Amino acid sequence: MSDATLDTLAAPVPWWRSRTMQRFVGNRLAMLGLVLITALTLACFVGPWFLPFDEFYIDLRARFAPPMTGAHIFGTDPLGRDLAARLFHAGQVSLLVGFAAMLMSTVLGTVVGVVAGYRGGWLGAVLMRIVDAFLSFPSIFLLLVLAALVRPSPLMITIIIAVTSWMEVARLVEAETRTLRDQEFVMAARMLGLPAARIMFRELLPNVVGVVIVAATLTVARAILLEAYISYLGYGIQQPLPSWGNMLNSAQQYLADAPWLAVVPGVAITLAVTAFNFIGNGLRDALDVRSDMVGA
Amino acid sequence: MDEVLLSVRDLTIALPAKMDRAHAVEGVSLDLMRGEILCIIGESGSGKSVTASAVMGLLPPTLQVTRGQALFGGRDLLALPESERRALRGRSVSMIFQDPLSALNPLMTVGAQVDEVLWAHGWGDRAKRAAKVQALLAEVGLPDPPLIARQYPFRLSGGQRQRVMIAIALALDPDLLIADEPTTALDVTTQAQILELIRTIQRRKGMSVMFITHDFGVVADIADRVVVMEKGLVVETGAAAAVLTDPQAPYTKRLIAAVPRLRAAGDSGTGTGGALILKVEGLHKTYESRSGFLGRKRVVRAVQDVGFELRRSRTLGVVGESGSGKSTMGRVLMKLIEADGGRILLDGQDILPMDERAFRPLRPRIQMVFQDPFASLNPRQSVGTSLIVGPVAQGMPRAQARAKAAEILRQVGLDPTAYERFPHEFSGGQRQRIGIARALMFEPEVLIADEAVSALDVSIQAQILDLLKRVQREHDLAMIFITHDLRVASQVCDEILVMHQGRVVESGPPARLFHAPVEDYTRRLVAAIPGRGARDAA
Repeated sequence: MSDATLDTLAAPVPWWRSRTMQRFVGNRLAMLGLVLITALTLACFVGPWFLPFDEFYIDLRARFAPPMTGAHIFGTDPLGRDLAARLFHAGQVSLLVGFAAMLMSTVLGTVVGVVAGYRGGWLGAVLMRIVDAFLSFPSIFLLLVLAALVRPSPLMITIIIAVTSWMEVARLVEAETRTLRDQEFVMAARMLGLPAARIMFRELLPNVVGVVIVAATLTVARAILLEAYISYLGYGIQQPLPSWGNMLNSAQQYLADAPWLAVVPGVAITLAVTAFNFIGNGLRDALDVRSDMVGA
Repeated sequence: MDEVLLSVRDLTIALPAKMDRAHAVEGVSLDLMRGEILCIIGESGSGKSVTASAVMGLLPPTLQVTRGQALFGGRDLLALPESERRALRGRSVSMIFQDPLSALNPLMTVGAQVDEVLWAHGWGDRAKRAAKVQALLAEVGLPDPPLIARQYPFRLSGGQRQRVMIAIALALDPDLLIADEPTTALDVTTQAQILELIRTIQRRKGMSVMFITHDFGVVADIADRVVVMEKGLVVETGAAAAVLTDPQAPYTKRLIAAVPRLRAAGDSGTGTGGALILKVEGLHKTYESRSGFLGRKRVVRAVQDVGFELRRSRTLGVVGESGSGKSTMGRVLMKLIEADGGRILLDGQDILPMDERAFRPLRPRIQMVFQDPFASLNPRQSVGTSLIVGPVAQGMPRAQARAKAAEILRQVGLDPTAYERFPHEFSGGQRQRIGIARALMFEPEVLIADEAVSALDVSIQAQILDLLKRVQREHDLAMIFITHDLRVASQVCDEILVMHQGRVVESGPPARLFHAPVEDYTRRLVAAIPGRGARDAA
C-alpha cells in the first residue's frame, strides 16, 4: 500500500512570483501606468516642499507669466499665483477625492454584490433592481442635480461620485459570487454550519477580490474624471481650494491669451486617468486565468 | 494483417522548465498494426494524451518534440510541414475527444459541422456532400439523420454528441482514428454503446484505432493490444488478454490490482450494523425553473418517494447515471437543498421541517465528502482554517480545535505540517484526504460521500476507499456512498439503491443486485459495466 506522499506535489509559489504577477509585470502599458501614477502622486504630495511659492502666494509682478518664467516652471495664473504650486495642491485634492470615492463605491458595491449574489431569491432581486435603477439614470445628470442640491465640499463631492459609481462593482461581484455560490467549498461551509455572514465575507469575499481590484482601479480613473467634470462646470470643488477641474474652469476665459492655464491641468487629468486605465486593464488581463491555458 | 500502419519511434517531448519532471514523454516507441485497436492506458500525467496529440500534430506550443519519429505510410508525421500535416489530418488521421460538447462548435448545426470537414478537403459538390452527411449520421447510429443534421449540439445528449464527433472523424474514411478518452465523460450505459459503435465501425472498415483510456475495464472490452504508460515512459506492451491476465511490469500489476471488482455472488458482506441512525421516508424534491419572466415552466422531479434505513457501521450505496437524482438526494439529506416532502429522521428526530437555525446544532452529526477535490476546498484558506472553522463556529475552543485537527490529519494519512499549507500545494488524492478530515472534525455519526473518488486516478481511488473503510471502522460511522461507478459501489457498500429518473428502481445487497438483478434498468446498468465479460471469463 503506497502512501499519499506518492502523489506529486505542486511546488508552492510566493505571490510575487505567481503567474498573475509575472503577467502583470510583463505588461508594459500597466508598468508605464504604475510609474506615471507613482510620479504624479509623489509630485503632488512631496513636490510642493521643493517649490519656492505656496499655492496662495500672489506675485503681482508676474501675472500671466508663461511657463519657464523665472522660478515659475508652469507659469502663473491671472492673479500671479504659481501654477505649479496650484497644480500640485489641486492634484492632492483630485487624487484624494478619486481614491476616497473609489473606496466608498467599492465597499458599497462589494457588499451589495456579495449579499445579492449569495442570498439570491427576493433579496438578491430587490438589490439588483436597485442597482439597475441607479444605472438607468444618466450619471452625469444625477451628479449635477445632487451637486446643485448640496453645498459642495470635498467630502460631499466624494460621496456624490461614490453614489453614482458603485453599481458596476456590484454587478461584477454579484455575477462572480453567483458562480462561486454553487462551488463545493461553499456547500462544505454550509455543511459545517457556518453562519451566512461568515460564508459571505470570509469564504466568498477573498475569492472575488480579483474582480474587485480591477473594478476599483478603473473606478479611480472614472472618479477623477467625474470630479474634474463637475468642478469644471462649477458645481464641484470651490475656489480658492484648487482642483484640476476648477483650474480648467478658471482657465476658460483666458484660453486664447494664456493657453497653458488649461493645458497644464488638462495634461495632468489625462495622465492620471490614462495611467489608472492602463493599470486596470493590466490587472484584468493578469488576473484572467484563462490566459494561462495554452492548448489542452 | 500484420502490416504496421503507424510506428512511433523514441518519441521524446520536453516539458517547460520548472515542471516536476523534464519530459512529458521520454523514448516512447509503439507500433500500431493495420486493422487493430491499440489501447494506451495510464493515469493522469502518464503522457498518454501527449503522445496522441504529438501524432496528430496538435501539441500545445509550450511542448516541443525533442527527439523521435512517427512514421505513417513511410513518412515522418513529426517532420512534415504544417500544410501537409493539415491535409493528412481528417483525411488519413482523425481524432475524437473526451468532451464532445466543447469539441463541437455550439453555433453550427451538427450537419453543417460534418459537411465542413468534407468541404475543407474538397470532397464532392454540395448535393453529394449533403447525401454523405446523412449517410454518416446514419452510420454512427443516430436516429432520423435529416432531423439530427439540423440540430445544434446543445440539443443532443452526451452520447449523441460523441456519435456526431465520430461521424466527423469518419467522414473521409481515415486509416487511423485516435480516440482520446472518448467515453470518460459519458454514463456507463452510453459508454457501452459508444465502445460497441467504435468496435463495429473499426471492424467494418478495417481501420486502425489508437484508444487512450485510464480504465482497464475499457481495455478489456475493446483492445487488441495494450501499451501501459507511467510518468512518460512505456512500461509494458502486449496483447490485451495477456497483459490483463498476466501483467509483467510492477506498475501494471498495481494498476490492475487497484481496479475495483464486482463482489462474488456468494459474498454477503459483514454483520448487520449497529443502531438505526437515519431513516428516510417518502422523500420528494422537485425543481421548477422558468425561462425568463413570463416563460414556460419546466418541472424536473429530481427525487421521488425515496425511502431507506441506515444503521451505524453500515454503508448504503446510491448508484445511478447522471440526472438520476442521486446527488440531489445527498444534498437534500444534508439540508443543503430544501426538500418538498417526506421525513428525514436523524436518530429519531425529523430534521426536514427544521430551519437553518434549528438545524445548525445538529449539523455536526451528519457530514459530507464532496466530489471535486479542487473545488471543495476554499483556495484562499489554509488547510488548518478549513478544518477548524466549523468546530470553532460551533463553539469549540480554538486550541482544542487545533489539537483535534492535528490528530485527524494524522488519521487520514497526512503530515501535520499540512495544517499551515494551502490547497493548491496538494494533489487531488491529498485534497480528498483533507476533505475527509474536514468531515471527521465533528465526529459525525453519518457521513455522505458524494462521488468522493470519481475524480481520482484508480490507484489513488483505491487508497481513498481504504481510508474511508478504516475511518468507518474506527468511528463507527454510518455511510451513504453516492457513485456512478457500480464496481466501486459493489466493493464498499452493504446495501445499494439503484436510482433512475428520481426513483429507486431496485435495492438490495450488492452480491444479489449485480448477479441477479430483477429490474430491467438494473440489468442494463450491470451489463454496461466495462470489462465485465473479460473478468467473468477470467
